[in-house]
Amino acid sequence: MKSMHISTTINGDPVEFICDPGEPLLDVLRNRLGLTGAKEGCGTGDCGACSVTVNGRLVCSCLVLGAEVEGVEISTIEGMANDDQLHPLQRAFIDGAAFQCGVCTPGILVAAKALLEKNASPSDEEVRFWLAGNLCRCTGYDKIIAAVQVAAAEMRGA
Amino acid sequence: MVKVKLWGTLGQLADGQSEVEVDAKTFKEMLDRLTEMHPGLAPYIARGVSMALDGVIYRESWFQEIKPDSEVVLMPFMKGG
Amino acid sequence: MDTGQSKREFRYVGTRPNRPDGVDKVTGRAQYGADMTAPGMLTGAILRSPHAHARIISIDTTAAEAIAGVRAVITGKDFVRLDDEFTRDVQENCMAREAALYDGHAVAAVAATTPVIAKAALAAIKVEYETLPHVTDVDAAMKIDAPVVLAGRALETVPAGMSQNVTNACEFGHGDLDAGFAKADLVIERSFKTAATHQGYIEPHACLASVTTDGKADLWCCTQGQFFVRTLCSDIMGMEASQLRVTASEIGGGFGGKTTVFIEPVALALSRKSGRPVKIVMTRDEVFRATGPTVSSSMDIRIGMTKDGRITAGEATLRYSGGAYPCGTVEMGAQAAFAAYDLEAVRTYGLNALTNRPKEAAYRAPGAPQAIYAVESIVDELCQKLSLDPLAVRLQNAAKKGTLSSYGPTFNDIGLVATLEAATNHPHYNAPLGPNQGRGLSCGFWFNFGGNTCVSLNINTDGTVGVTEGNPDIGGSRASISLMAAEELGIPYESIRTIIADTNSLGYNDVTDGSRVTFSVGLATIKAARDAIGKMTSRAAQYWGIDADAVKWVDGSAVPAGSNAGKFPPLTLAEIAAMSPQTGGPIAGHHEVNVDGAGVSFGVHLVDVEVDPETGFTKVLRYTVFQDAGKAVQPDYVEGQMQGGAVQGIGWALNEEYIYGEDGRLQNPGFLDYRIPVSSDLPNIETVILEIPNPGHPYGVRGVGETPIVPPLAAIANAVSRATGVRLTELPMSPPRILKAMKG
Repeated sequence: MKSMHISTTINGDPVEFICDPGEPLLDVLRNRLGLTGAKEGCGTGDCGACSVTVNGRLVCSCLVLGAEVEGVEISTIEGMANDDQLHPLQRAFIDGAAFQCGVCTPGILVAAKALLEKNASPSDEEVRFWLAGNLCRCTGYDKIIAAVQVAAAEMRGA
Repeated sequence: MVKVKLWGTLGQLADGQSEVEVDAKTFKEMLDRLTEMHPGLAPYIARGVSMALDGVIYRESWFQEIKPDSEVVLMPFMKGG
Repeated sequence: MDTGQSKREFRYVGTRPNRPDGVDKVTGRAQYGADMTAPGMLTGAILRSPHAHARIISIDTTAAEAIAGVRAVITGKDFVRLDDEFTRDVQENCMAREAALYDGHAVAAVAATTPVIAKAALAAIKVEYETLPHVTDVDAAMKIDAPVVLAGRALETVPAGMSQNVTNACEFGHGDLDAGFAKADLVIERSFKTAATHQGYIEPHACLASVTTDGKADLWCCTQGQFFVRTLCSDIMGMEASQLRVTASEIGGGFGGKTTVFIEPVALALSRKSGRPVKIVMTRDEVFRATGPTVSSSMDIRIGMTKDGRITAGEATLRYSGGAYPCGTVEMGAQAAFAAYDLEAVRTYGLNALTNRPKEAAYRAPGAPQAIYAVESIVDELCQKLSLDPLAVRLQNAAKKGTLSSYGPTFNDIGLVATLEAATNHPHYNAPLGPNQGRGLSCGFWFNFGGNTCVSLNINTDGTVGVTEGNPDIGGSRASISLMAAEELGIPYESIRTIIADTNSLGYNDVTDGSRVTFSVGLATIKAARDAIGKMTSRAAQYWGIDADAVKWVDGSAVPAGSNAGKFPPLTLAEIAAMSPQTGGPIAGHHEVNVDGAGVSFGVHLVDVEVDPETGFTKVLRYTVFQDAGKAVQPDYVEGQMQGGAVQGIGWALNEEYIYGEDGRLQNPGFLDYRIPVSSDLPNIETVILEIPNPGHPYGVRGVGETPIVPPLAAIANAVSRATGVRLTELPMSPPRILKAMKG
């Protein structure tokens, strides 16, 4: 099959790439564009380590085809900090020791940001259910939930 | 002389004794004497054993000094995750 | 060792600074195993057996080799048969030679220019198998007429007349069991089973190998121990260690599962054959089918107790299976089973049997969770039947200093009693429970160890410090190491940067396992700092023109040791560093050691659950972990170990299991069907850190990483049993299993 040529926007930058018609967006990001922040933990949409947003909607990039993102706006972990300013979630995760190995962290941060954009004051239970699609094997989630709440409070105050 | 406790399985290989006496001042000397006196133990010792000396586990320290009144227990080589 | 320091006041140790790799990890910049690329890199892929047990008659690779873009194809024949049994098992687990021993066992591999071509090449390899009878259950494998997985692998201690699958046998204990049981008012004997579980790290194994035509090689991989990877791979590849440089990437979880190799020798062999760099990244399906898991177990336990709560005797027979290759993990289980108790009569027997399952890899306190689950279940049932308080009974029987342990040595200072007392005094223990709710508790134990460790500590001329160590940082250890260097040197944490060296930059370091890093690397860092301090004080002495031993180190500066030494203003580390070129050259401290004296670790977990009588579903309502950390260097990451270990144990207790079909194939090789705990399954995990200093470490540190996975299995089982009124004896306690038990 012939490769496809796609024009899209990633983290505000115009991007063009070619990909196989059956190639997941995750592979495009990681292998063709050098955006290795999204991780492949399963390739089947079960772990959330590859989370990105497409037109503001949280998706597993392993379940989206590169061919599907013509003309959309994609946000990845690489676009989360504003130049040299970390996002409040990123700071809260560092300050709160909300990760150990850190491999699930990019996906969890992208997912948590999407939550706070929909719901600025989630309860702990709402955070836990929103993040239920993001597996973490190191932390037991305790410090992750706490860090999301710290960031949410800061963002509400700002 | 030091008294060396052998764990159950190793006792079988040392003529059924759960404690043997050897003339040794270090971990290495103890292993050498045990191997000489109880050839049945040799393959186990060659694969690696640990020594608990007065409650502290030593995994490989040949030159660890053993005092005559020390409690010495031969143990499987420790591994972890 | 210098126990006098263990009660010292700390300035940096015990604080909670940010970790040095924090920003990299929240911005996606940290480079894990799969994130590295090399020019001209090929994609490696592995063909795996669809059979649980099969002889490999032939492998025809000609069609695969003919595909454009395929640059190398290898099979087991491309590896030399090794004499050393241990390494040969590792090699054959990476690539089968004569027979495939489990579903997912690697039989061939390709390197191609794209993933699509690599996949097509795998499909073009023709393997002719002769399928053989298989066995995946440990009890079935021990039957005398069971299919034999590997013949001739029994150790000397295995009694004659057993199935050829039995490879290991061991026995521990002391005292007169018959006399002990005769003293009991109640004796309970039960059998238990636990499923194999997977470590479940989120990052699949990945590596990038580059072998050049002059025999040099570089290997980048996610591992818990780059030096051990070098040892295994250089042995398997017939290379000299100096020619193989292994660099550990950031690691996306390990928990013991990344203490060996699976794909690394395959990538090296493909690279050698193709003359190009080769990257292999496992899929999740491959991770489940061909890496990890723990042993599966079947156990018989008998314990006697007097009506006032004294345990009179304990006996355990453990049957573990570590999969298709010999496995000594049962020895750890047999030693750990009764470690929490002060017993006059105790005996444990252990057997390991081969099954057609993947080769066991270590998982946090390997072997201990299963055995302690079974023992702690019976202790709880005895308490229930004798109407005794389960914490009081554990305190009454707790191992303490001077106790002859169930595995042989007499205990030194251990923190079990303090940990039990903390649990007794915690509000959780007396909080009210509602209907269908139960509270469970369990003790946990792990040995911990030290091991080979090297640290270099370089004093930069601007007064900052670089620490070079050799153990991959799984859970924030770089922060802990920097804290200990700061403490010893008396300079701010922020002035220190700790990095993890490749295998050519530092001497041998044992794997990041055995809860050893904060303990052993910390100890070596402190000693390396003292070495550097010695050099800095002698430079100051020379500068002042006084004797070196007339100078001491106080709060980051050299100062004259007393009024007789002379009156000189302090020379700070930065001042000494700045003039180092003029005073003799660069200043560095080193320490190389095989550390002992790790000190055992105990923990106690308390849990409340609610079991839905309609569905058998268990909800964890409240969870508290109590553990002795010796000294918590960076408490955030000590809590993190306690919380993460507890949650892995919760998964083991309630959900996680390897499920094999009649055909011997793994039925749930994915996160959808092998369900690890997700955030909505769980409450907060409360932590209580106790600090009973370990005399074997200058700051009193004990390893904390493994013990927390031990108690949850029994704690949850005891809570579920109390909530439902029936004793559960098999893990995981999935809803159907609980419903079945409740319906009798």
